Order: sequence, then structure tokens, then C-alpha cells
Amino acid sequence: MQTTTPAPLIAVENVSRYFGQVVAIKDITMSVNAGEVMCLLGDNGAGKSTLIKLLSGVYRPSEGRILVDGTEVRFASPRDALTMGIATVYQDLAMIPLMSIARNFFLGSEPTKWVPPFRRFDVKRADRITREELAKMGIQVRDTSQPVGTLSGGERQSVAIARAVYFGARVLILDEPTAALGVKEAGVVLRYIAQARARGLGVIFITHNVHHAYPIGDRFTLLNRGRSYGTFAKSEVTREEVVSMMAGGEELEALGHELEEMARQDRDNAAALATAGREFTAEARDIERDAEDRTEPTA
Amino acid sequence: MATRATAAPAVDERLLRANPVRKLLVRPEMGALVGAIAVWLYFAIVAGNRGFLTAFGTSTYLEVSAQLGILATTVALLMIGGEFDLSIGSTLGATGMIAAILSTTYNWNLWAAMIVALVFALVVGALNGLVVVMTNLPSFITTLATLFIIRGATIGFTRRITGLTQVGGIADVPGFSVANKLFGSRIPVGSGTYPVSILWWIGITVLATWLLLRTPFGNWIFGVGGSIQAARNVGVPTNTVKIALYMMTAFSAWLVAMIQLVLTTGTDVLRGSNQELYAIIAVVIGGTLLTGGYGSAIGAALGSLIYGMVRQGIFFAGYDSDWFQVVVGAMLLIAVLINEFVRQRAAGARR
Ligand SMILES: Nc1ncnc2c1ncn2[C@@H]1O[C@H](COP(=O)(O)OP(=O)(O)O)[C@@H](O)[C@H]1O
Ligand SMILES: [Mg+2]
Repeated sequence: MQTTTPAPLIAVENVSRYFGQVVAIKDITMSVNAGEVMCLLGDNGAGKSTLIKLLSGVYRPSEGRILVDGTEVRFASPRDALTMGIATVYQDLAMIPLMSIARNFFLGSEPTKWVPPFRRFDVKRADRITREELAKMGIQVRDTSQPVGTLSGGERQSVAIARAVYFGARVLILDEPTAALGVKEAGVVLRYIAQARARGLGVIFITHNVHHAYPIGDRFTLLNRGRSYGTFAKSEVTREEVVSMMAGGEELEALGHELEEMARQDRDNAAALATAGREFTAEARDIERDAEDRTEPTA
Repeated sequence: MATRATAAPAVDERLLRANPVRKLLVRPEMGALVGAIAVWLYFAIVAGNRGFLTAFGTSTYLEVSAQLGILATTVALLMIGGEFDLSIGSTLGATGMIAAILSTTYNWNLWAAMIVALVFALVVGALNGLVVVMTNLPSFITTLATLFIIRGATIGFTRRITGLTQVGGIADVPGFSVANKLFGSRIPVGSGTYPVSILWWIGITVLATWLLLRTPFGNWIFGVGGSIQAARNVGVPTNTVKIALYMMTAFSAWLVAMIQLVLTTGTDVLRGSNQELYAIIAVVIGGTLLTGGYGSAIGAALGSLIYGMVRQGIFFAGYDSDWFQVVVGAMLLIAVLINEFVRQRAAGARR
């Protein structure tokens, strides 16, 4: 019993979760260490969200164990997970659009002053800290009292990440933070993930986009229809291998055919369009010539 | 030196975009403030020489506004929290009747009777809240059910116990004089006197505003109404918040019931009918969204002020009082349209 490597920040051992008849995930084992980005990959419906909801205390596993720092835990609520330093930024529920940035930042953990029953929400301090923390992550906001809804999707995710880091998260779970974002915005979010890792956090980054995962991930866990293909270090797999495992070989082939078919149709369409275009141009030239013929006598 | 760089981010030139005028425009109660001024000006012109501007005229509309406003303030908090309470009108009727029957038929001290009525109200509020958080059913339906149950039970029990549908004679029961001071007296200001209920109204509005904007609980109300799932995920005790909000609306129903009980020295089984709807209207006119997550207690107070001015203004102007409902309906429609516009501005067109 002389292990020199510390226990993973958080780990699951053979967990399964059923919803009535539905097997959402089955027999998953996975772990995350400090200062690494673990990418959880899989197609829609693979069970990624279900797995991280077990880690964040939203659901309890039907079978299997959850370990924090090597000791088994039972989360009764998201609050329990939060107090153990496990913070989650959810896919669409990271922020409340109608609330201001500062109010969102501190929702559920408001800084207070005075004593009960006159304890009050220290709005000034909330504003100041929000501004400072966002600046540390390199996010400049115009006004912390502006509604979050006026921020772009990437900015919202970034604010949610800054919040988790500020509240002492050791494990940061991000459920498809880049899914609805454009290329540039996704890049911004990926940069904050790298920053969180540099600060020593363990990050679980969920996505079904390999191009977002591969550059930033240290290890990859692949889910398919609720089961795990295993976890791979970056040195063990290439991007192409990850892609083919994600989709499943046959499905990928089918997809390839489909794409080829679409490309062929596009080519046909393009050809048809080009012909039509040429005809239009010719027509236009005729009309122009007619018009010139008519105007000539009066000129 | 190193700390300098991170502590104070350079002022962003885009700050200019959020100018103070626009910030003021997106305050939820701005529309109601403009509306209140416009309504007052209108009646000052058409009914100014017929008593609307006198101290007496002012006190009559403020009294109407105060009684609705006490209800509307807590209803605003509840609606910002994303729920409705259609049962407050019935709770108002029931609590008034409980206090009246206990003090007259059973000869209780009026204060003991009022406290029992208060406990009843808080239990009803807690039950309303429990049903909503445990079933996840729309509160519009569950409190509609409570509305009927409480009203029906009030009529049934009152008939069975007293054989009547009205109870009077509160002025003769022990404890009335103090209760009258607290709930029914008039305060001289300038050339006129004003009902003490106005003070209750202002007090509750101030308290609700403080709660909403300056306490963690207030932040939770916005969170719960804005997105209950998101609020729960960051550890807000969403069930506690909702139950507390229902207890607050029930409390204000009780308070208005006590004010009316003392003022009229009695009550009847139908008292408070439709007040839940007028409260919602005042709240919506005050800029609170029907969908939750956005609104203000001051707005609800202004909405109630508008309601009182229109109701009494129509009387002073000598118009047929039938038109009152038309005006209220039209104002509600305008308010909903403005609110929707404001919401889109606040939530941002970007996604
Ligand atoms: N609350 C639930 N009740 C029933 N089935 C569920 C529930 N949550 C998830 N599932 C099912 O579990 C499977 C995995 O879903 P999910 O974890 O959301 O996948 P992913 O996030 O990878 O797209 C899906 O088939 C989904 O329908
Ligand atoms: Mg998902």
C-alpha cells in the first residue's frame, strides 16, 4: 500500500444508471486527475450527460461507486457535490438570461454583510469580485449589471467557468460548452479550459466534436450507446482513431457514403445552376440589345 | 506593481453603449411610473374640479390602492419566482370570516381570533407551495382549485355555524379598539386624513423591495423564476423559496382581511372575490413578467396606484362605472405588450 501517485480527484467504478426500462449508461469506469483535461466523447444519446449528472449529484447511480479523493461518496444533491469542489457547467443551463452577470455569478452563494436578521446581499462586493474574476480569465465585461442574455454564447460559458473556478472548484465538468458556438467562440472557451487546467483543476470536457476535444484533451473516454470503449491517453490514439471509435466503424462508412452522395447531388445541382446562369446571361444580353435597337432612332 | 495590472481592468470603450437613459428604460417599473403620471394627469384635467384633486379624493383612491397594493406586492414576489396564486381572494375571505366568527359567535378576544386566522393563512400558503413543488403542476391550476375549495368551505361553514352569510358587530368585541388603531384609523396630514392602510402598503412595498434587491433570498427569487433548474444546480433551495413565497401572499391576504374587517366592522362570505385577478393585473402593469424571473415590487405598488386612481377617477369624473373594467383590460393588454418588448431587450436578441 505504498502508492506515490495521489488518488484521482474523482472516479467512477462500474456505474450504471437506468431510467425505468431505459439503460442510459452501463458499467462505466472513469477517473480524472488534477491538472488534466479528460474528454468524454460520444454521439448524441451515448449517455454523456447522464454520466456527468451522476458526478454532479443530480442523479444517483443505479449500480456502482463514485469516489472522491479515493473515498466513496454519496451525493444527495448538487449542493453536496459543490461543497466537495465538483462544479458543473450545464449545456443550456449555465446562466439565467434575465439576471445580471453579477447576480448570476453569485446565485446560491451570495456574499453578505451585517448580521441576521438584517443580513444583506453585498451587491457592491459581488460586482467588484465578478469584475476581477472575469478579468483574471481575460474576460472584459462592459457592465456587470447587464443581463446575461445580452452576452454571446461563448461569453456565457466563460462566465460560468470563471464562477466555478472562483468558488474553489477542483473538478470542473463542462457539458458540451462548445456545442452551440461558432469556431471563434469555441476557441475562446477552449482557452478558458486550458487556463483552468493550468490552475491545477481536473476538467471533464464533454463534446461530440473531436476537433474541439483532440487539441485540448490529455485523455479520452469514449461512450457509445451507454457503454464505454475505454479511456485512452493522447499518446495512444490518433484523431482518426478517435473519430472512427466515436461513430463506430460501419456507421462511419455509411456516413461516408451519405456525404459522397450529397456531394454528388451538389455537383449535379451546381452544373444545372451553371447552365441556367449561362442561359440567363444570354437572355439578358438579348434584351439589352433589343432595348438599344429601340432607343437608337430617337437618339 | 504586478497586482495593479489585474486589479483594475482598463475601462472598456464599449461602456458607452450602456448609457444611463437606456439603463433607466429597462427598469421593470418604468412603464408603470409613466402610466401612473399619465392617469393622474388625465383625471386631474377631467375631474380636477369635481373632487379628484382634493385631500378627500386623494385619500379615497389611495385607500383602494393600498388594499390592492398590499396583495400585489407579495404577488409580485411570487410571480417573479415563476408562480401564480389564485387563492388569495378566497384566503382573504376565509381569514376575515374566521376572525369574525371566533370573536363574535364564540366571544374570543379579537386578537386571539386574528392570530388563529393568521395561522390558517400561513398553513394555506404552505400547502399551496407544497402542492406546487411536489407535483410540479402549473400553479395556475392548483391554486385555482384552492380558490374554489376555500371559498366553498367559507360559505359552507359560515352558513352552518351562523345560519347567515354575513357577520357583523366586530366593533363590540374585546380588543377592537387596539385593532382599530392598527388597521382602521386615519392619520391627519395637511388638510385631510388618510387611512393607516397606506402605511402598511408603503411598509410592505419597502420591505419587499429590500428583500428582492438586497438579500440572498431576493436573488434566489429571481433565480427560481428565471430558470428553476439552473437555480437548483447552483444550490438554491428552490422548494423552500417557493413555499415561503406562497406563505407571503397568504400573509398579505390575511392583512387585507383584517384591515377590511375592522373598517367595515364585519365581513361576508364573498369578500375578496376577484382580488387575486386584480392583484395579478396590478403586478403585470407594474412590469413583472408572467413567465417569471423579472419584475419589481415598486412596479406592483405603481400598478395598484393606477388601479386605485382609475377606479375612483371614473367615479369623480362622473363616467358610468361600467367602463372601469374596459379601461383595466385595455391597460393590462398594453402592459403585457410593453413587458414583452422590455423582456426581449433585457434578455438580448443574441443567443
Ligand atoms: N431522465 C431520463 N429518463 C429517461 N431516459 C433518459 C433520461 N435521461 C437520459 N435518458 C436516456 O438515456 C440516454 C442517454 O442520454 P444522455 O445522457 O442525455 O446522452 P448524451 O448526453 O450523450 O447525448 C438517451 O437514450 C436518453 O433518452
Ligand atoms: Mg447531452
